[in-house]
Amino acid sequence: MDQRAVAVWQALRHRPARYLVSGWPWRCWAYLLSGTVLGYAALIALVLLVLAGIALSAVGVGLVILAATPLFGSAVGALERRRLRLIEPVRPAGPHGSVTGRGPVVSRLGNRLRERATWRELGYTVLFGTVFTLAGAGVMAVVSVSALLTVSPVVAWALAPETVMIIPGQPVTGPLDALPGPAAGIPGLVLGAYAAGLLAGLQARTVQFLLAPRDDEPSERVIELTRSRARLADAFEAERRRIERDLHDGAQQQLVALNMTLGLAETELRAAGSPTTELVSRARGEVRAALTQLRDLVRGIHPQVLTDHGLADAVAEVALRHPVPVTVDIALPHRLPEAVETVAYFTVTEALANAAKHSGAGAVTVVGRLRHGALRLLITDNGKGGADPAAGTGLQGLADRMAILGGRLVVSSPVGGPTQLRAEVPCSA
Amino acid sequence: MLRIVLAEDSVLLRAGLVELLTRSGHTVTAAVGDAGELARAVDADLPDVVITDVRMPPDHRDEGLRAALALRARHVRLPVLVLSQYVATAYATQLLGGGAGTGGLGYLLKDRVGEVAEFLDALRRVADGRTVIDPEVVRVLLAQQTEDRPLSRLTPREREVLALMAEGLNNQAIAQRLTVTEASVVKHSGNIFMKLDLDPTEGNRRVLAVLAHLRSRPG
Repeated sequence: MDQRAVAVWQALRHRPARYLVSGWPWRCWAYLLSGTVLGYAALIALVLLVLAGIALSAVGVGLVILAATPLFGSAVGALERRRLRLIEPVRPAGPHGSVTGRGPVVSRLGNRLRERATWRELGYTVLFGTVFTLAGAGVMAVVSVSALLTVSPVVAWALAPETVMIIPGQPVTGPLDALPGPAAGIPGLVLGAYAAGLLAGLQARTVQFLLAPRDDEPSERVIELTRSRARLADAFEAERRRIERDLHDGAQQQLVALNMTLGLAETELRAAGSPTTELVSRARGEVRAALTQLRDLVRGIHPQVLTDHGLADAVAEVALRHPVPVTVDIALPHRLPEAVETVAYFTVTEALANAAKHSGAGAVTVVGRLRHGALRLLITDNGKGGADPAAGTGLQGLADRMAILGGRLVVSSPVGGPTQLRAEVPCSA
Repeated sequence: MLRIVLAEDSVLLRAGLVELLTRSGHTVTAAVGDAGELARAVDADLPDVVITDVRMPPDHRDEGLRAALALRARHVRLPVLVLSQYVATAYATQLLGGGAGTGGLGYLLKDRVGEVAEFLDALRRVADGRTVIDPEVVRVLLAQQTEDRPLSRLTPREREVLALMAEGLNNQAIAQRLTVTEASVVKHSGNIFMKLDLDPTEGNRRVLAVLAHLRSRPG
């Protein structure tokens, strides 16, 4: 949330006298006057939409209208952010996510409705149509009457010998008669100017609070950041591949060759009945242990079976080694983008590792499906639950990697179980 | 003595394998570094057995394995021994389930070449038309935790027999390894196939059936 001071309040606070003769009162009045008109119109339209929605809900169309109503709030929000330029130097950025996709209208609507920003905009629209419109109308009424009173001598002079009636029942016959008018009108205008400044500032603050993006939600400004993070993640992944390949082509082959040479030596020494056989045997055992460790390490960096055979087979291999029985049910119509497969694979391994370590589970199921162009993973264990997703840096890191791909990771682990991990990653890449 | 075509992209390992095979009395008719050369060498030399790495240029994925499978479509009786860095049953299944060919098949970890006698023995079995799966791969399959699965109904002895079966040993060899009579091995294997609901077939099919069964998971 932007903590920048409200411009009109600063002007009021620092130079209250100069404020009166600056452009500020005029800008605030313009802001409040246009706001009054817009606010009422928005409120009426909103009420009509809801009423139409309820009335037509039996037909089904009404439900669609009701579901789309929050979007009307978004439209008002967009207009309000633009209108704020009257009294603020900077227009707030839009709070909505950048990746609403090109999917069917229904899914885009769903995306919008899931955003909290959409509901804040709807809330603002209601607040705008009621409180701000009413207060703005009040201030502008004072300003209008005061202005009329201030200019009443001029009006009386211009219209003489006709009589003018500004206050009912008190006819004014000439300019001199009208002098009490400005006496009341000028202080009224001063009051109206300050009140307008305070009210407009309050509304500006409200706009910034409700309609501007929040740190935990994506905005236009973070799109570029997200892209650069994605590039970074790609580079990171490419680096893992390079390390894996270097180990495979280098150290692993060297050790295999060493093992083979030692094997040959062992065979010949044994044939010659040499007492050194035992030592060579031991050396070979050590090489084998190193090879095993290296193989596990390489698999942890990037499993080749994932590259060659895809997610389902790679997960099946992990399941085979898992200390808790794992049922794998991953049915995908085709291979997925590399980045999706990788993050999905490591999510499953992390979830399985957690299930084995903490949950006391006796069985785990892994289900994977492709739905509407997104990979959905559901990993459930029958353990005791109570896992704190924030405690594990592993899952946090995976959630970050998913976020880069526009996906999300949800962990639910009530005390008493079961622990369920849901992941959804779009495969649009 | 066997005539062998060897495909391995690591120069160091290729030289080592050639030395090992030559010292053991075999002839390496060609030692090549990628899948294309492998195909040409096999077509030209018609070897007794092919030894190939899984991962080879140009993409460094499973070119070697796929090249071997393609070769078996042309040379149906060609025995193939695949050397791998991966303890992944998916590759073994890919090899055994990979279509044409009646010759022997083997999937061994590269670590295994250090056990010289064992490695040469496995090579001989593959050349003879049998199927050999690396003991480590079999161990992973048999060690899997199962929940009310047929595998858990096998006795420890039946598991031992199953593991040796997957290594491509025939009943006689299994009996020797376990120092029991061949008749009792026949009885055990009968029980295994019954408990796993498998048809008691022979050769590649027998190992493939066991492998496929062990890998399968209730969906």
